[in-house]
Amino acid sequence: MIEFRQTTKSFGDHVVLQPTELSVKSGEVAVIIGPSGSGKSTMLRCVNALEKINGGDLLVNGISVLGSPADVRQIRRQAGMVFQQFNLFPNLTALQNVMFGSIRVKKYSKSEAQEVAETLLGKVGLFERKNHYPSQLSGGQQQRVAIARALAVQPRLMLFDEPTSALDPELRQEVMKVMQTLATEGMTMMVVTHEMHFARQVGSRLIFMEDGRVIHDGEPAALLSSPPSERFHNFLRHVQ
Amino acid sequence: MNFDWSVLISAFPDLMQGLQVTLLIAFSGLAGGIVFGVVAGVALEYGGRISNALAHVYVALIRGTPIVVQVMFIFFALPLIAGIRISSIDAAIITIIINSGAYNAEIIRGALNSVPIGIQEAGLAMGLSFPAVLAHIIAPLAFRRSLPAMGNQLVNVVKDTSIFIVIGVGELTRRGQEVMAENFRSVEIWSEVAAIYFVVISAFALGLRLLERRVRLP
Ligand SMILES: Nc1ncnc2c1ncn2[C@@H]1O[C@H](COP(=O)(O)OP(=O)(O)OP(=O)(O)O)[C@@H](O)[C@H]1O
Ligand SMILES: [Mg+2]
Repeated sequence: MIEFRQTTKSFGDHVVLQPTELSVKSGEVAVIIGPSGSGKSTMLRCVNALEKINGGDLLVNGISVLGSPADVRQIRRQAGMVFQQFNLFPNLTALQNVMFGSIRVKKYSKSEAQEVAETLLGKVGLFERKNHYPSQLSGGQQQRVAIARALAVQPRLMLFDEPTSALDPELRQEVMKVMQTLATEGMTMMVVTHEMHFARQVGSRLIFMEDGRVIHDGEPAALLSSPPSERFHNFLRHVQ
Repeated sequence: MNFDWSVLISAFPDLMQGLQVTLLIAFSGLAGGIVFGVVAGVALEYGGRISNALAHVYVALIRGTPIVVQVMFIFFALPLIAGIRISSIDAAIITIIINSGAYNAEIIRGALNSVPIGIQEAGLAMGLSFPAVLAHIIAPLAFRRSLPAMGNQLVNVVKDTSIFIVIGVGELTRRGQEVMAENFRSVEIWSEVAAIYFVVISAFALGLRLLERRVRLP
């Protein structure tokens, strides 16, 4: 579903993503970990072309991120994104935030969009908060609205960039639970996170990055219980 | 001296005619100035090399010269250069639009710039084109952000109409001067003219403040 083919990304002369081969299959939950600055966000943002790759190719459902603007929009419709800082539209209520993609991208009527949005808000446990503005919601609630907003465009895969890093520890669980539900329903996911128990319980792949390279890529439980390298071992000690 | 109240009443119809002209120029300036400001502001913030450079030159030229000189140029010099005749009221309207557009452009550029990148990316990441993101996500937020400064600028437009006395447009200030030239009651007339400006501008400022409150986010 996602294929990195010798994909590279640099900012100026700074190579942030070394030539990378990686493929994520339909239904997989790929958890990406690694030290700060190792290129995790960049890798994720290349998938939906928020960053333009410099070399190789990257295919999402067979469409290249190097394609036409219409191709890029097609990829973005198929790949929902959830950001560390939520990035909800502050001038819209929770309901309107979730309806936005249905109306503007899927071209649903207002009433259809509202029906979809209410179902999705129910799914993330926020139906009662539908008329609240983002500023009237806790961080965890905002992030759940953001997940519902991304789902409203009916993506085939979801990209999460540290979705719980901006949250107080006690609010992380509610977001993790929503993500876990999504994974159980078979959603293909790429998740950058430091939550190791999420990686272990929900992840089907664990990818360890360092200096723009994929260093390890394997079964989470196996990698976590017997770290194959000193660096990985040190990194795990650091985050746990 | 004695303040003759009856002068206020007898001058009132003439001054109201002047006010009509003032409002015509002001509203043309508001509407046209917003259009110019949006176009130039978008060019400043998102334009390619050429449109960006053009917008910069426009803003710099207008902000770097007095409005009186601008209207003199448009009324007296432009007809000679371009070989067209232009009425004083048209010259006034053109000047106010071009002038306020340049000031609006800077305000609008700043407001567009204030919309967090992450919020724009949230729109792009759904598969919207950039123009759609600009129209449906950035514009509503930039509009709110620009209101206080735009409000000030729009009030200035109303005040600036009085300088068109220099090309003889029959707006409120000019009418005041004409009436005074007939009756020599400068205290009464200028008090009345000032009061009329004050009422109009205060009402306008109040309207803007109400609008600001209406669109304020929780
Ligand atoms: N827009 C940019 N311009 C220049 N350099 C950038 C840009 N975005 C990221 N970088 C650089 O690319 C490298 C990788 O950044 P990236 O954000 O992908 O790391 P990360 O693994 O997500 O880190 P973190 O855990 O801190 O989020 C860093 O050195 C960063 O400074
Ligand atoms: Mg990051």
